Amino acid sequence: MSNAEVSRPDERNPELRNRIADEYRWGFVTDIEQETVAKGLSEDVIRLISAKKNEPEFMLDWRLQAYRHWLTLREPTWSSVHHPPIDYQAIHYYAAPKTRTQPKDLSEVDPELLRTYEKLGIPLQEREALAGVAVDAVFDSVSVATTFKDKLEGLGIIFCSFSEAVQKHPELVRQYLGSVVPYTDNYFATLNSAVFTDGSFVYVPKGVRCPMELSTYFRINAKNSGQFERTLIIADEGATVSYLEGCTAPMRDENQLHAAVVELVALKDARIKYSTVQNWYPGDREGRGGIYNFVTKRGDCRGDRSHISWTQVETGSAITWKYPSCILRGDDSVGEFYSVALTNHHQQADTGTKMIHIGRNSRSTIVSKGISAGFGSNAYRGLVKVLPTAANARNHTQCDSLLMSDHCAAHTFPYIEVKNPGATVEHEATTSRIGDDQLFYLRSRGLSEEDAVNLIVNGFCKEVFKELPMEFAVEAQKLLAVSLEGAIG
Amino acid sequence: MLHIENLHVSIGGKPILAGINLDVKAGEVHAIMGPNGSGKSTLAQVMAGREGYTITAGSVRFLDQDLLALEPEQRARAGVFLAFQYPLEIPGVANVQLLRTALNSVRLQRGEHELDAMDFLDSVKDKLALLGMDESFLYRAVNEGFSGGEKKRNEILQMAVLEPRLAILDETDSGLDIDALKTVANGVNALKSPERAIILVTHYQRLLNYIVPDQVHVLAGGRIVRSGDASLALELEDRGYGWLIPEAQEETRP
Repeated sequence: MSNAEVSRPDERNPELRNRIADEYRWGFVTDIEQETVAKGLSEDVIRLISAKKNEPEFMLDWRLQAYRHWLTLREPTWSSVHHPPIDYQAIHYYAAPKTRTQPKDLSEVDPELLRTYEKLGIPLQEREALAGVAVDAVFDSVSVATTFKDKLEGLGIIFCSFSEAVQKHPELVRQYLGSVVPYTDNYFATLNSAVFTDGSFVYVPKGVRCPMELSTYFRINAKNSGQFERTLIIADEGATVSYLEGCTAPMRDENQLHAAVVELVALKDARIKYSTVQNWYPGDREGRGGIYNFVTKRGDCRGDRSHISWTQVETGSAITWKYPSCILRGDDSVGEFYSVALTNHHQQADTGTKMIHIGRNSRSTIVSKGISAGFGSNAYRGLVKVLPTAANARNHTQCDSLLMSDHCAAHTFPYIEVKNPGATVEHEATTSRIGDDQLFYLRSRGLSEEDAVNLIVNGFCKEVFKELPMEFAVEAQKLLAVSLEGAIG
Repeated sequence: MLHIENLHVSIGGKPILAGINLDVKAGEVHAIMGPNGSGKSTLAQVMAGREGYTITAGSVRFLDQDLLALEPEQRARAGVFLAFQYPLEIPGVANVQLLRTALNSVRLQRGEHELDAMDFLDSVKDKLALLGMDESFLYRAVNEGFSGGEKKRNEILQMAVLEPRLAILDETDSGLDIDALKTVANGVNALKSPERAIILVTHYQRLLNYIVPDQVHVLAGGRIVRSGDASLALELEDRGYGWLIPEAQEETRP
């Protein structure tokens, strides 16, 4: 459950802290060095990244292996998303100097963005920071975060930036990095392995129950690492941890390509809950701009009775391509995937999960809710695979689509491979259109059309929202409302 | 309170209502009866603002407002309530959530403060009891998996919560067994008030055994062909609608 201290509204914006940290950094460090790193990707660039981060030899070797492998790969074409070719040589892979011109005050900020902040209930002073206004804001968040960090350290929990983990806990990084998502995994994960700049690292020792929701917000010394982010979470035997990623405030970023990797490792009797709210810039109403979000997320239920649960609310990005998955290796292990994906205007989402049953009595649950509006396209793509070893494996998949316009699209691609005759695999799917009758019924009770739509959509997503930590769930509902503005009529 | 004058309505070019005139005063109960296809439900839907109908002539005044100019939600907030013949299911949305959202939108319009969850619960309990409904009703998804009788009771519960000035009950008796009919009728009777008008749209007389109307109107061929007191309903029970329909056709002849 959400911790009251953690859920203070002004503490919910990781990006805010990152941005402020950024300004601070740019203010006190000459960035001549950064400017020497040109656009494009080569072994030299990777060596430079590794050197700048003062990485041990094994990290550099791993990055180079990934890069060499990446050169042999081609961008995948099997998903339902379409985009113009990406020029990988036109990207700055290390600390690209930010050329954005800062607005002086809110009057210079896109009014549309400000209106959205207001609807989401973001406090005034945070709106300025989020919009990139140069503020002298003094937040006491650092001291709050330090308090939490002390508490975590007392329990032996490691929660830090990935870079810091490489320096302070190289043995853990070496043991687990790439053990769930190998650098050969797929085009975007391989690219990430070669060039990732930062991310989060969590280790929860044996038998420890992490007493608070860990959030990207509390990452000390976090750098703006949205583009190629790498997260590694390890729950040792009997440990429990809940991790929140992202925030509901709309995020703008001049980097169009995002390719993150998240690896989760749950040892015997461990439990990891990973919740995401993704609201990157989706592009404008005509489909111009917006983030391409190609993410690889996978959890390994490595020990018996381990449990990994993914919950995601995806409303942002022009393109979302992600399949948070579980490898159910341990006997009696449990994997869960709860997803709401919303596409409006010209957004495209191809998302789902993979549940790989290896252990005996392994169980998985998939609940996917796709909402398509405007010209949006929404695909669920999921694999349930039961290997011969997975006696008595069970899966239940519920996959629902809600259509809100005449021009949107919803697709479902379930793949089921069962190699053990004792397995039980169930798949249910529905597609419905938001009904004029339903809307009229609610309006005749005094609800505005907008409120009526929100009520129906929130009802549709309820099974997923109830999996979110309470505070996140409330924000997610507001976020859907904002994302669906003008979707009807 | 409600003044309908020469109302003509068509759907897709086909005339359904052909000159309805009706006056309803606060505190009155009117019954609108008629055979299938006579336009009863159309009249109810048009009052609530359902799209898809074309008003070709006439006017509707409600509490000195032009009712036809208002959106459905504005009508609801002004005090019009339609109990649906076929209440809709809203999966995943708890009854209590809809009731409170609806009540608060109406309260805001009336200049009253919004009720929080606790105050709302307090206020709704008596109303549940009135309809013999268990508190668990509040936490079930709106009409999802409800029996026919439960759906109809749920409509009356919404009416009890929203406290409209004008309630139109569209075939609320259809599909109810006799016990459910009595429960619903008791609920409606308890909601009668000098401030409130009620229009019962019904095919059968039996509802009127339990809710006694001040006036009964017979709708046929899109017009009111006969109005009378409660005894007219009994006469219809004996004689059916047939004897009124030729009369209607004669009247519509140029």
